Amino acid sequence: MTSGDVAIIGVGLHPFGRYPGKSALEMGEDAVIEALGDAGVQWPDVQALYAGSMEVKNPEAIVGLLGLTGIPGRAVFTGCATGATSLAMAANAIRLGEHDVTVAVGLDKHPRGAFSDHPSVSGLPSWFGEAGLFLTTHFFGMKINRYMHDHGISHLTLARAAAKAFRNGAANPNAWRRKVLTPEEILASPVLNYPLRQFMYCGPDEGAAAVVLCRADQAHKYTSTPIHLRASTLFSRREGAFELLSPSLPIESAPSPTVFASRAAFESAGLGPDDVDVVQLQDTDAGSEIIHMAENGFCKDGEQEKLLADGDTEIGGRLPVNTDGGLIANGEPVGASGLRQIYELANQLRGRAGDRQVERARVGYAQLYGAPGTAAVTILST
Amino acid sequence: MTAQVPLAESLFTWPAERPALIAGRSSDGKLVFPYRTHRLVGGVREELERVELPRRGRLWTFTTQRFRPPAPPYAGDDTPETFQPFAVGYVELEGALRIEARLTEADPEKLFIGQEMELVVEPFGVDADGNQTMLYAFAPVPEGDGDDQR
Repeated sequence: MTSGDVAIIGVGLHPFGRYPGKSALEMGEDAVIEALGDAGVQWPDVQALYAGSMEVKNPEAIVGLLGLTGIPGRAVFTGCATGATSLAMAANAIRLGEHDVTVAVGLDKHPRGAFSDHPSVSGLPSWFGEAGLFLTTHFFGMKINRYMHDHGISHLTLARAAAKAFRNGAANPNAWRRKVLTPEEILASPVLNYPLRQFMYCGPDEGAAAVVLCRADQAHKYTSTPIHLRASTLFSRREGAFELLSPSLPIESAPSPTVFASRAAFESAGLGPDDVDVVQLQDTDAGSEIIHMAENGFCKDGEQEKLLADGDTEIGGRLPVNTDGGLIANGEPVGASGLRQIYELANQLRGRAGDRQVERARVGYAQLYGAPGTAAVTILST
Repeated sequence: MTAQVPLAESLFTWPAERPALIAGRSSDGKLVFPYRTHRLVGGVREELERVELPRRGRLWTFTTQRFRPPAPPYAGDDTPETFQPFAVGYVELEGALRIEARLTEADPEKLFIGQEMELVVEPFGVDADGNQTMLYAFAPVPEGDGDDQR
């Protein structure tokens, strides 16, 4: 352990779902209070705050609810990768020696229905939105459709990935969707964006998650089970990558930013895919989870067909993926979603996951991906 | 009589019997769609040559849109009641680019990867001046139709 090492000492979650009358900041307040209690840290001892949100322009205003102690509070936003960025910035402030104890929080409260915005926020011309093309869901449908064609993935495998999410969600008291659905029921739901069906998608919702970090050499003062932050990477898209919201693509293709974020994270941690015990992948839809298994190095393209049929990604399997139900069962409050992954991994690595506990989990892996072609990977270990 | 105008300037040649999409080309041969006036080439800002893209290609991937997209930004002249589901795909124009576009065939069972497609321009909506806006799309080429229009 060096003085630059960083540990997670507390995590908190405001369950994701729908909470009429409760603001995103109030949900964030609950998550931070739970994380502080978990860490045994008092709010006045926190030296810096990084707050992520898509809907709340100034999420760092949460200090108004927690206590006005004068600390630096900064808003963070990198789309669906926001949680990883707030965690990385809270960790880097410790690595730089600026602070000893920091907090990362994500909070959001989305209106119902598909995300909608003006194309200019993504650097796209107005006509692209007017034409009905400014929809991230088109990308998810088109990417998995091509992937199924190239790598022999079946509709049943998509349904199996979604069914696993609902099964894990049903076992998770914090999940939003807690009803078990069979692959047959999922395949009977309406096609939203071929080949993706209604029950293969996550939905935008509300919620918050928070993490308390400290210098690893001081973690023993707070907890006997610190979780070490082994790697944190973020990559934007490269020329040729098949990405969200692209009016055109070059014919010569390049890998997704997830591939680069994953390789860099494994290299930084000195670990490989075989060392990972529990995995969180961005499952905006069931197809994304399938593709991300390969892009993160956990299998070869096409092997998902057999892995899911054999139950290898189940909690009792060789490679448990999205043990809390992932985005499909929890929904996606964008600013909070990445820290929900960290909440689940920290609980798994600390042996506190109850019925969903992965035995002997020592290394956890979390990947995020979203517009405008940004991927982040975080690796944690006991 | 109202005029038929492209949904945006410099999207495709219009009016034209056989319209083509317009791209920008830099000195290194790279194509940019939608057309822009300039890009950085080797760190230097370069004006782009305006070129027409091939009109036919192969369907590279596709999906469908079941519900009327959120409006704004969507500006179709349909309503939630009259909205017709549509398909979207990337069509690979050989030697050029893969272009994202609406497809004239909405039934995924009648679409397949590798299918030959041709550019069409169709009425879309109405602009603020009351003109009919026109939008490009790709239509399946009927089997047996020759490549002479390529």
